[in-house]
Amino acid sequence: MKLAFSPDDEAFRLEVRAFVQAQLPATIRRKVALGLRLEHADYVTWFNLLETRGWLTPGWPVEYGGPGWTHVQRYIFDEETLLGGAPRLIASGIQMLGPVLIRYGTPEQKARYLPDIRASRTWWAQGFSEPGSGSDLASLRSTGVLEPDGQHFVVNGHKVWTSYAQWCSMMFALVRTDLRTGPEAPKPQEGISFLLIDMASPGVTVRPIRMLEGGTDLNEVFLDNVRVPVENLVGELHKGWGCAKFLLGNERTGIAGIGSCKQQLARAHALAAAQGLADDALLQARLAQFEIELLALESTALRWLAHGQRSAIPKAEASMLKIRGTELRQAIFETLLDIGGPQALPFSAEAQFLDAPDDSRVTPPELATLAANALDARKLSIYGGSNEVQRNLIAQALLAG
Amino acid sequence: MDFAFTDDQLALREAVRRFCDAEYPAHQRGDPEPPALARQRQAGLAALGLHGLGIATDRGGSGLGAVETMVAAQELGRALAGGSWLPSGVLAAPLVCAAATPTQAATWLTALATGSLQAALACHEPQSRHELSDVATTAVAVDAGWRLEGRKALVLGGDSADLLLVVARVHGERRSTDGLGLFAMPAGTPGLQVQPLRLLDGRGAAHLQLDGVQVPAQQVLGTPGAAWPLIEAAAQRAAAALVADTAGALDALLAQTVDHLKTRRQFGAPLAKFQALQHRLADMALALEQVRSMACLAAMALDGDEPDQRRRLVSAAKALAGPLARRCGLDAIQMHGAMGMTDDCRIGHLAKRLITDGVLFGDASHHLDRFRAASSAVASPAPSTFVHPPLETSP
Repeated sequence: MKLAFSPDDEAFRLEVRAFVQAQLPATIRRKVALGLRLEHADYVTWFNLLETRGWLTPGWPVEYGGPGWTHVQRYIFDEETLLGGAPRLIASGIQMLGPVLIRYGTPEQKARYLPDIRASRTWWAQGFSEPGSGSDLASLRSTGVLEPDGQHFVVNGHKVWTSYAQWCSMMFALVRTDLRTGPEAPKPQEGISFLLIDMASPGVTVRPIRMLEGGTDLNEVFLDNVRVPVENLVGELHKGWGCAKFLLGNERTGIAGIGSCKQQLARAHALAAAQGLADDALLQARLAQFEIELLALESTALRWLAHGQRSAIPKAEASMLKIRGTELRQAIFETLLDIGGPQALPFSAEAQFLDAPDDSRVTPPELATLAANALDARKLSIYGGSNEVQRNLIAQALLAG
Repeated sequence: MDFAFTDDQLALREAVRRFCDAEYPAHQRGDPEPPALARQRQAGLAALGLHGLGIATDRGGSGLGAVETMVAAQELGRALAGGSWLPSGVLAAPLVCAAATPTQAATWLTALATGSLQAALACHEPQSRHELSDVATTAVAVDAGWRLEGRKALVLGGDSADLLLVVARVHGERRSTDGLGLFAMPAGTPGLQVQPLRLLDGRGAAHLQLDGVQVPAQQVLGTPGAAWPLIEAAAQRAAAALVADTAGALDALLAQTVDHLKTRRQFGAPLAKFQALQHRLADMALALEQVRSMACLAAMALDGDEPDQRRRLVSAAKALAGPLARRCGLDAIQMHGAMGMTDDCRIGHLAKRLITDGVLFGDASHHLDRFRAASSAVASPAPSTFVHPPLETSP
């Protein structure tokens, strides 16, 4: 047991730090620091820079273009990039679909889709949730009927909360393909298939949803007699739930968001100083308490990661990281709002853009996004399996047997 | 960064666990120990090498580190065991090892390592709360030694100690870290009154009254006036061991609560079926894992060689573990219903241990304060965008 990182890891840390300092464009750094909206082009720019070093897909095996990092290197990479002001990696293609294709995809699917994810040419939408299926994902009702010639599925349904669908040319979706009813009906988790859908197909309609903080990055996706070639089935027919569970297990660990916690805690310290609250004893005690809780979260993640790669963390432990990481991040975002004080109340959705017109600047830019960021952070305990579902899973594991 | 245990550390854990399983029957854990039984158990723990963990190999111990101490403390916490090991083996013995002259080492260290001599560190006073530099007891140089006057409070293990190591002020202001000395005196020294007492969780302790106690020069540990680093190090060892003890007791608390939820039936179903209780249980498991991790961090920091990082992480661990563990202990009583409030049920004994661990050697507010002070002395892990925010250059 040893606290210090190895010299190799320290050298790696400096390498990542130097890369971020030298390569991350100042406009992107500034948007992240102020909690402003990032555009598609911002992500693509940063992701392409990462890909020049082979750093975009840390969780992928080396033979598929992953960097072959240890868990400690991945942790250092997250910490250094996020503290350096870089955007987080958008999960859907890199962290969700990529590993699923690598594990379950055909050689043709891998060859066709993985290079475009690495090059940020294809953005993937996640077609899981439906209006009637949130935490209870297995109740989903979208259907895919295989045509008699066996060449296409015809997909009908309604997906919702689809992040960045407006930027996406492809979607991976769960649809019900075993439609038997009555005594023959399969269990809810059975009879679901994992399909790849071209968003340009006839019958696909994307409608943005306006959220309470003013954002429109979540969407509804309507699927109306959409024809999906049978070669776009991932894994076996009716066995898509296995792919989904594999994907969600990866997602849960990733959304502990330790690097993001550090990023926002650093933002809180800087903002507190700028607001003249550096000596406010109650606020500083709150921030110190967050730092301690972050140490506990981080050392727990590192302790478990020491036993293998991320996906090897058992389900209940991944759930614990998800709960603690998201609740801590929410608490930090709420404290940021408190640091803003009354000046954080004037609100303009436009102020969340860097190039907002001057007449929308109702409050200084470093305060303009605090309320929106705090409200947006509510999603953390809802998505990826709500924190209540995570607690159910932990209890089930403890009470089994 | 490495959280793995060595094979030797795992073997030590196994040995202590086996000893506790045999020596501490599950239905009696937390009950007061009659003196004869306490001595027998101490001998058993010493035979496992626990009392010599913090004593150098050339001075009669095994010279092992804080990780081994953590491993032992976790197992003892799980069984509500340990007795005078924490006061003698963790607080006193390494301190004596660090400060002793060759003659003192020959007199005390081998006996401490074998457990035949029990020592206790008298570092608290009635007015000091958690501030160990707050010392009003005085030591005045007299012919061939020192004369001590004052009162010491809550001396852990002081009720059964053969040798008391008393902190007294040689010079300086009451709260100054400068001017403290360490004076060893056998129990029974004329002028020393020992008032034995039991803490909330049954641990033995004592208040001391010193009325003109004469301490010969050869019983002074280290340089009179310069004892603070020894005291601070001892307090850090104790704090880290208490966090590990908390992790062990929490582990037992969780296991017993799981067992209760699976067996107790109400409304025609086991309590395990009720989601309100499931969620409390999940939070308890989450607390346990965090406390375990912090015990590791504190132990690793103690074994490291960065003083500010050591202060920072030991205080972080103590500040986190205390309130979390107390909440779990009290929640577990709730989940056991009225049975959880009886003296027969072990849940209450575990809760008392968790509460006591949280207060001893600094509660959460004390350590939060310490953490902040130490953090400002430790370099930030990465140059952050936010430390020099680009805010001033905004349009």
